Amino acid sequence: MRRYFPVVALVLFAFALPPLAAATKTAFLLTQATMSAYYALASLGLCALMGYAGQISLGQAGFFAIGGYASSFISTRNLDLLASTPFVRLLDLAGLLVRGTDSYGAPLLSPSPWVSCLCAVLLAAGVAALIGTPVLRLKGHYLAMATLGFGIVIEKIVRGTKALGGADGISGVPAFTILPGLEVTGGRSARSANFTIAWLVLALGYLFLVNLFGSRSGRALRALHDGAEAADAMGVDTARYKLKVFILGAVYAAVAGILLTHYNGSIGPGEANAMKSVRYVAIVAIGGMDNLGGTLVAGLALNFLSLRGVFGSLDDGVFGAVLVFVILLAPEGRLDLFRGKARRTISGGASRGAQS
Amino acid sequence: MRSELFVQYLISGLIYGSIYAAIAIGFNIIYNATGIINFAQGEFAMLGGMIASSLAPSMPLAVAVAVAVALTAAAGIAIERVFLRRVARGGVLKMIVMTIGLSIVIREAALLAWGESIRTLPFFSGNEVSSVSFLGAHFSPQIFWVAGAIALISAGLSLFFKFTLVGKAMRGCAASRDGASLCGIRPDGMVTLAFGMSAGIGAMAGCVVAPLTQTHYAIGSELAIKGFTVAAFGGLGNSVAAVVAGLFMGMLESFSIILIPEAYKDVVTILVLLAVLFLKPSGLFGSRTAGALKEY
Amino acid sequence: MSILAAQGLTRSFGGLRAVDGVSFEAGEKRITAVIGPNGAGKTTLFNLISGALEPDSGRVLFDGSDITGLKPYKVARLGLARTFQAIKLSRKMTALENVMLGRHVRSRAGFIEGMIAAPWTRGEERSIREESMRAIELLGIAEYRDKETGSLPFGIQRSVELARAIASEPKLLLLDEPASGLNVRETKALAGLIARIRDRGISILVVEHDMSLVMDVSDEIVVLDFGKKLAQGAPREIQQNKEVIEIYLGEEDA
Repeated sequence: MRRYFPVVALVLFAFALPPLAAATKTAFLLTQATMSAYYALASLGLCALMGYAGQISLGQAGFFAIGGYASSFISTRNLDLLASTPFVRLLDLAGLLVRGTDSYGAPLLSPSPWVSCLCAVLLAAGVAALIGTPVLRLKGHYLAMATLGFGIVIEKIVRGTKALGGADGISGVPAFTILPGLEVTGGRSARSANFTIAWLVLALGYLFLVNLFGSRSGRALRALHDGAEAADAMGVDTARYKLKVFILGAVYAAVAGILLTHYNGSIGPGEANAMKSVRYVAIVAIGGMDNLGGTLVAGLALNFLSLRGVFGSLDDGVFGAVLVFVILLAPEGRLDLFRGKARRTISGGASRGAQS
Repeated sequence: MRSELFVQYLISGLIYGSIYAAIAIGFNIIYNATGIINFAQGEFAMLGGMIASSLAPSMPLAVAVAVAVALTAAAGIAIERVFLRRVARGGVLKMIVMTIGLSIVIREAALLAWGESIRTLPFFSGNEVSSVSFLGAHFSPQIFWVAGAIALISAGLSLFFKFTLVGKAMRGCAASRDGASLCGIRPDGMVTLAFGMSAGIGAMAGCVVAPLTQTHYAIGSELAIKGFTVAAFGGLGNSVAAVVAGLFMGMLESFSIILIPEAYKDVVTILVLLAVLFLKPSGLFGSRTAGALKEY
Repeated sequence: MSILAAQGLTRSFGGLRAVDGVSFEAGEKRITAVIGPNGAGKTTLFNLISGALEPDSGRVLFDGSDITGLKPYKVARLGLARTFQAIKLSRKMTALENVMLGRHVRSRAGFIEGMIAAPWTRGEERSIREESMRAIELLGIAEYRDKETGSLPFGIQRSVELARAIASEPKLLLLDEPASGLNVRETKALAGLIARIRDRGISILVVEHDMSLVMDVSDEIVVLDFGKKLAQGAPREIQQNKEVIEIYLGEEDA
């Protein structure tokens, strides 16, 4: 089962790299590697939508931001002043709140990160369902523009709203306790554990998608890519499937946003930026469009290099240039950077022959 | 509202509306010839202004503008020939992503070349302090240059498409590539011409408003999305409608300050865009085919 | 016993009446061919039946139910499968995967079940694969099953599309110009294949230009001209029908 290979590899790396990094004194690289994993997760969601189902979205960063902002907003609400109200007491009884103290020593009573995470995912899925229905009726360029517009609206909202921190965003986002002793947080001591968590989450996300594309629903989705007519004629409710994969992509982005925000302890409006959306698109395209493995590698590699500052101030430019270059390399056929040149030449030649 | 304020908003709306209209016209020309939407359209306006601003100190303004327009047109042609032509058969998705990538590359190249500084052009006539007054409001005579440029572009295009052989050939290609090539027209040549024209028009607009709005390496993307909104609003492919829609959008944006905080001003355009796409993709004056999107 | 009944179907495009009050019945477990000169309205008729187009007036009755104006995916779920004149396969999926898509209407596994590879769906997935292989073997394309369809020769792609349609175990199969692009030998093989499909109990409605195929294989022929039904009957009757001969060959000189 060759397609499961990346999952196995990711799990191996998740456990093997931290000790390796410690031994080679390169543990400081783990931080960016952790962040890259979350960005790659968002790219995987887009790959399912864009590469396999053929629906372009320039709004992936918008969903990433919805996830991150919603989770950080909810988990940083201090309900201490309302502690005596019945609603808050109910939440407390249900174990949904956590206690702590803020930096001034005053008591803190906030919803637990699990609650905020769940709410954020539901919010992102809800928004996707809401705008997905009208948006997915559009095709090609109109779809691209509509999703771009969506992303810009999200950015303007988070940037312009005082309650969401305006241009500074939200900070002081608490650690996310997955299991006792296992937290998603940026602290130095948790660095290795967090790397493992991130790469395991990524592996899981990848696994779900590989499973999906090998299944009945996956075939229906992939049939959407070359135009809905055939899928329609085979009994696939194309409108519903498009919406489902759109929501799926949004949820992937939101989860990535949530986890990254708790890891970093903060989020800013820059995460919703249109350029970020373009980067996700670029990664999927560079990876080969309908190539989950390619998107994975491109997502990890490019984000890691970018976060390390290797591209300097030309960061965006590099993404754009690689994108242009990569599409140029395979204008007609499939982009098989990650599958070997030989196969590409064969399929490219044969399909040209078949069309004569 | 006091009349001077009203006139200020009006003038501001006209200025920005004109540049949006020019970008929209550029979108329409390329769309009509190829069926694709060129995400890099806004960058042409940026390039025009920036190039002219670099040349202006060393030559007469008119020459600087002319050279800037010519160079940008050449860039448009180069983009089409080197990049887009090769991707054409890969499908719409690839072309969209390609133009997106190109717009980023152009923008970053501009950053490399000119840095982050805000640049400007000298006023075409008079200087920063010359002004004309109307109903108590004062504005720069550059406005007339802007209006004049738009009028010239629209009129010129109408004449071009209606009366010249090349213009008619382009219309032929827009309607049917195969039919046109059967008549001896080279569709590829028409496409190249379309890109050259779009780029040139965008650059012209960029130059003409630069004295008023300044120019900067990053203005391209915002112009692109606003220009596209205007094009879609008027009906993709319909350039007369683009002018009307452009001026309307400019006004809408300008006067929106009355109702909503300035921070959300850009959202107005996006909301119009989404409304158009969801409610009437063919735009106000577009045909049904405009809503359905052409095949390349 | 008719599996399909068209009643007064009419559809115009702009000022052109592509299909004009066409009524006919297609018998169950028989092969009915729709023929006519170019532009006679055959493909439009097909699209009206399969749900790809809505009629301006008229009805379509399929297996007893009124399916007029139903969306294609719903019609497919009722047991009507079709092929397309311009092949519509998923180019990047393998032949087998394309055929497995044909089993979509005969299976149930959902999105989430797919993602978690739910163990209870394994049986269904296996049966999908088996049924698909049966269809593939029926069409004799087993050697291509793991190749991407985009890279296959035209004739094989046609077979894949046909296998896909058959895999859905339809009650009625709509074939849109299946012989188009095939040579004489391939067309003969196709005729045998269509007959074999009919013998399995699947009713067939075929639009076709190739007269040899039509005469060879049809149980009944419907002739269209300018959107109207001109004649209907057994192949021999149609062959001798003066009006039909006229529309194909023009008026006989005295």
